[in-house]
Amino acid sequence: MNSKVLVAVAAAAALVLSACGGGADDGGEDKATTAGDQGFTPPKLKALDKLGTPEGELNIVAWAGYVEDGSTDPAVDWVTPFEEETGCQVNVKTAPTSDDMVNLMKTGQYDVVSASGDASLRLIASGDVEPVNTDLITNYPDVFEALKMKPWNSVDGTAYGVPHGRGANLLMYRTDEVKPAPDSWDVVWDADSPYKGKITAYDSPIYIADAAVYLMATQPDLGIENPYALDDKQFQAAIDLLKTQNANIGEYWSDYTKEIQSFKNADSVVGTTWQIIVNLAQADKAPVDVVLPKEGSTGWSDTWMVATKSANKTCAYKWLDHIISPTANAQVSEWFGEAPSNAKACAETAVKNHCEIFHAEDEAYFDQIWYWTTPISQCIDGRTDVKCKDYGDWTTAWQEIKG
Amino acid sequence: MAGDQGLNNVVTTVREARQPSLTRRLSGVLHRHRRLRLALLLVAPMVVLVVVYLGALAVLLVSAFWTTDDFTGQVVREGTLDNFRQLVTSDVYRAVTFRTVGVAAAVTVICAVLAFPMALYMSKVASPRRRKLLVVAVLTPLWASYLVKAFAWRAMLSGDGVVNWALAPIGLEGPGFGLTATIIVLTYLWLPFMVLPVYAGLERLPDSLLEASSDLGAGAGRTVRSVVLPLAFPAVVAGAIFTFSLSLGDYIAVQIVGGKSQLLGNLIQGNAGAANNLPLAAALAAVPVLIMVVLLLGVRRTGALENL
Amino acid sequence: MRLSARARAGLAAVMVLGLAFVYVPLVVVLISSFNTDRTFGWPPSGLTFEWWSRAWDNPGARTALATSVKAGLGATAIALVLGTMASFAVARYRFFGRDAVSILIVLPIALPGIVTGIALSNAISTTLSPLGVSFGLFTVIVGHATFCVVVVYNNVLARLRRTGGSLEEASMDLGADVFATFRHVTFPAVRSALVAGGLLAFALSFDEIIVTTFTAGASVQTLPLWIFTNLARPNQAPVVNVVAALLVVLSVVPVWLAQRISSDPAGGRI
Repeated sequence: MNSKVLVAVAAAAALVLSACGGGADDGGEDKATTAGDQGFTPPKLKALDKLGTPEGELNIVAWAGYVEDGSTDPAVDWVTPFEEETGCQVNVKTAPTSDDMVNLMKTGQYDVVSASGDASLRLIASGDVEPVNTDLITNYPDVFEALKMKPWNSVDGTAYGVPHGRGANLLMYRTDEVKPAPDSWDVVWDADSPYKGKITAYDSPIYIADAAVYLMATQPDLGIENPYALDDKQFQAAIDLLKTQNANIGEYWSDYTKEIQSFKNADSVVGTTWQIIVNLAQADKAPVDVVLPKEGSTGWSDTWMVATKSANKTCAYKWLDHIISPTANAQVSEWFGEAPSNAKACAETAVKNHCEIFHAEDEAYFDQIWYWTTPISQCIDGRTDVKCKDYGDWTTAWQEIKG
Repeated sequence: MAGDQGLNNVVTTVREARQPSLTRRLSGVLHRHRRLRLALLLVAPMVVLVVVYLGALAVLLVSAFWTTDDFTGQVVREGTLDNFRQLVTSDVYRAVTFRTVGVAAAVTVICAVLAFPMALYMSKVASPRRRKLLVVAVLTPLWASYLVKAFAWRAMLSGDGVVNWALAPIGLEGPGFGLTATIIVLTYLWLPFMVLPVYAGLERLPDSLLEASSDLGAGAGRTVRSVVLPLAFPAVVAGAIFTFSLSLGDYIAVQIVGGKSQLLGNLIQGNAGAANNLPLAAALAAVPVLIMVVLLLGVRRTGALENL
Repeated sequence: MRLSARARAGLAAVMVLGLAFVYVPLVVVLISSFNTDRTFGWPPSGLTFEWWSRAWDNPGARTALATSVKAGLGATAIALVLGTMASFAVARYRFFGRDAVSILIVLPIALPGIVTGIALSNAISTTLSPLGVSFGLFTVIVGHATFCVVVVYNNVLARLRRTGGSLEEASMDLGADVFATFRHVTFPAVRSALVAGGLLAFALSFDEIIVTTFTAGASVQTLPLWIFTNLARPNQAPVVNVVAALLVVLSVVPVWLAQRISSDPAGGRI
C-alpha cells in the first residue's frame, strides 16, 4: 500500500512541477522595460492583414444589452441579421463588470469583447487583445473623430479597437420616495442621508472614481484633477467617503435585473444607474426618474476589441463592422440608452432626436464625463512628483470598503 | 429475504467448479493474492482522487505563494509570503473570516435544532408507511434548483414580499436583506442535509434500548437526553460537517439575499475572478481548507465519518 | 419508545412546521410562475399562463436540461465504479492508511465547492490545456465525479458492513470463483444501495452550480448555469420559475422510486 501512496504522491508532484514549469497564457511575448505614454509598453502583436472566409462562429463577451438576439424582447435584435448575412453563429456571454470581462478574456475562449476604458488597457498590456486594422472596417471612417485614437483604445498611434458609443453613469431615484427631485450627488454621499439603508451603488472598484468626482466639487483643496489619478492623500479621502457611505448602503448592484427589482420593490430608492435600467424599470411601471447631477459623473466609452488567440478573426472583424454600421449602432444605442459612435446612426434612430438627447455630438457635455479608465501608478493627470494608486490598490481598497 | 436469495445463488454456482477455464485460473490468482485484489480495487479511485483532486488542490495552494502583476494580471512565480501576510494583518480578512465562521456555526446549530425533532418524529413516532412518505417529502426539495430557492427567498424577504406582508398584521417587519437573511436562507437550503444523516442514525437505534430505558423508569425526556442523544451524536456531527462546510464556502446565497455583506466565499471568488488575483484567492481558500481539515481530523474520534 | 401524548403532539407539530418551512418558498415559486409581474412582486398582481407557454418553446432550457442530464449520468457512472471499488476495499480489508482513504474520499464534499472549483479550473488552464484537455462537458463530469464518489461510497459501505462477508466465503467454499461470487452473491446484495447512492449522486450533480461555474467554460451550459444567466434577464426570469416548479413536481417520481427500491429505509446516505 505504501508504494501505491508513493506513486500517487509522485504523480501529484509531477503535476505541481509541470505547473511551475508551464508558461502563463502568453509566455513568449516581448515585454520591453521602457514605459510608453500610458506607463506601459504593450506586447508586439500584429493586426490582421486581410479578411478571410468567415469561420462560422463568434464568441462574444459583452455588457448586457449590447448583443441582443431577440430573446430579451422579440423586437430587439441586431444579431440575427448579422448571422444571416455572414454565417457567423453568435454565442454571447454577458459580464456584469469590467473585471469579469478581463478575466473571461484571459481564458482565451472568446473572440471579441466590448471593453470599457478600465478594462481595455489591461487587456492590451497583457496581450489578450491585438491591434485592429481599421482599414478592414468599412464603417470606421464614419465614427465620430472625438472617439477615435483615445488613450483608452489606442497606444502610440496604434488602434486597438473600434468605438461602440459612450454614455454616462446617472443618478436614478424613486419619484415617490426621494423628494425634492435631486440634482446633486449629495443624496448618496451624505452621512446623514434620509435614505439610509436604501441607497445603492455600482459594485466595482471603479466606483472609487465616483467618490473622487464628488470630492472634486466638494473638497477642491484636495487638488484632484482627474478622478483616476489619485495620490495617497486623495485616495484616502475617497476611501473615507466610501466607508461612510457604506453604512447607508442597502445593496451594491452589478446585475441590472436585481437593480430593477430593487427599485420596483423600493428596497433601493436612489443610486447610480445606466439609462437602459431606467428605461426597463419605467416600462415595468416603476415610478423612477433619472438625472445627471451637477457635479458631473463618470461614464464609459466602450471599445470592441479582437482577442489575440481568436480562431474566428474574420467573423470578429465582420462583427466590429456590423455593430458600428448605422442601423445596428442606432438600434443598440437606443436600446441601451447611450450616444452612438457612428455619425450616420443619428439619422436611423426610431426616436428622431435620440442623438440630441444623448448629446452624441455635444463635446462640451462629455467634458463633464470622466470615462472609465484604468488607474495606473504613473499619474494620468500629468503629475510626475507623486505616484498614483494603481488598479491593484483600488481593488484591495474596494474589498476593505465593503467590509 | 436477502439471505435466502444469496444461498440460492451460491448453490447454482457450484456447477461451474468442474471446468477450469481462464476465468477460473484468474480467479484463483486473485483469491490467493489478497494484496493484489486490494490493490486492484484501490488503484482506480485513488489515482483519480489523488492525482486529479489532491493534485489540483496542491497546485492551487502552491500558487498562494506567488503574486500577480497588478496591471497586466500575469502571475509572478516568485515564492513569497506576501499573501499570507496580507491575510493576517489586514482587518478586512480577519473580520470576514470570523463573520463567515460565525454564520456557518449559526446555520449548523439552527439546522441541528430543527432537524433533530423532525428526524426523531420520522424514525420513532411515525408509522412505517408515513415514514417513507416523510422521507420523500424531505428529499424532494433537493431537486428544486438552489438558485431558484435563493431567489424565491429574495422575493419573499424584499420590501413588498411575503414575509413583510405576513408580519404586517402583528406590526412586525421582516429582517430584510443582510446577515440574518443569509442565515435563514442557508439554513433553509441545507436542512435536508442535516435531516437525512440524523434520521439514518436514529433509525439504527434499536427500539429495545428505548424500551429498556423506560422500563427502568426514565421518562421520555430523560430517555432522549441520556440514551438517544449520545447514540445519535455521531450522526448529528456528520450532518454538522455538511452544513458547516457548505456554509463556509458559499458565496451565491449571500449575493442574493445578503444585501451588502460579504463572506469568505465572496472574497475568494472576487479575487479568483473579477480581481484576477488567483494567488490571493488561493491564500484565502487555504483558510476554509485548514478549518475543515482540522474539523475532519477532530471528528474522526466521534465516529461521525462512518455516518456520512 | 413510549412517549406521552403531549410529546408526540409536540414532535408532530415540529415536523409540520419544518415541512411548512421547507415547502412554502416552493409554493411561492409555483405561484410566481403564474405572476404577470416580471419582478416577483407580492401579492401577485395577476395570473397568466404566458410564462408556461414560453418555457415550453424555450430551446435554451431544453438544451441545458439535456446537458445537465448527460453530465449527471457521466458523473454518476464514474462515481458508481470508483465508489464501489473503494468501499469494497475499505469494508473487506484491513490495511495501513484505511482511515486516510476514508478522509480522502470525503474531502471533495467536505471542502467548500469554491475551493474545488478554482483548484480544478486552475489545474485545467495551467497544466491540462497544453495537453489538449479543454473546458467542456468532460471537465464538468470530472468535477462532479469528485464529490459524487463519496455518496456512493457511503451507501455501499454501510450495506457491506451490514451484510458481512460470510455469504461470500460460503460461496467460494462451494467452489464458485471470484467473478461468479460477485455476480451471484455480492452484487444482488448491494444493488439497492447502488441505486440509492446513484440517485443521490445524480441529484447532487444535477443541481450543482459552484464547481460547474468554474469547470464548464464557454460552450457548456448545464441547467443551473442556464438558470443563473436567465434569472439576470428581465423577460426570462419568470420562465426560470416555471422550470423550477416543473423540476420539483417531476422529481417526486425518482425519489419515490428510490425509496421503494432500497430496503434501507433511510433512502440513502449523503
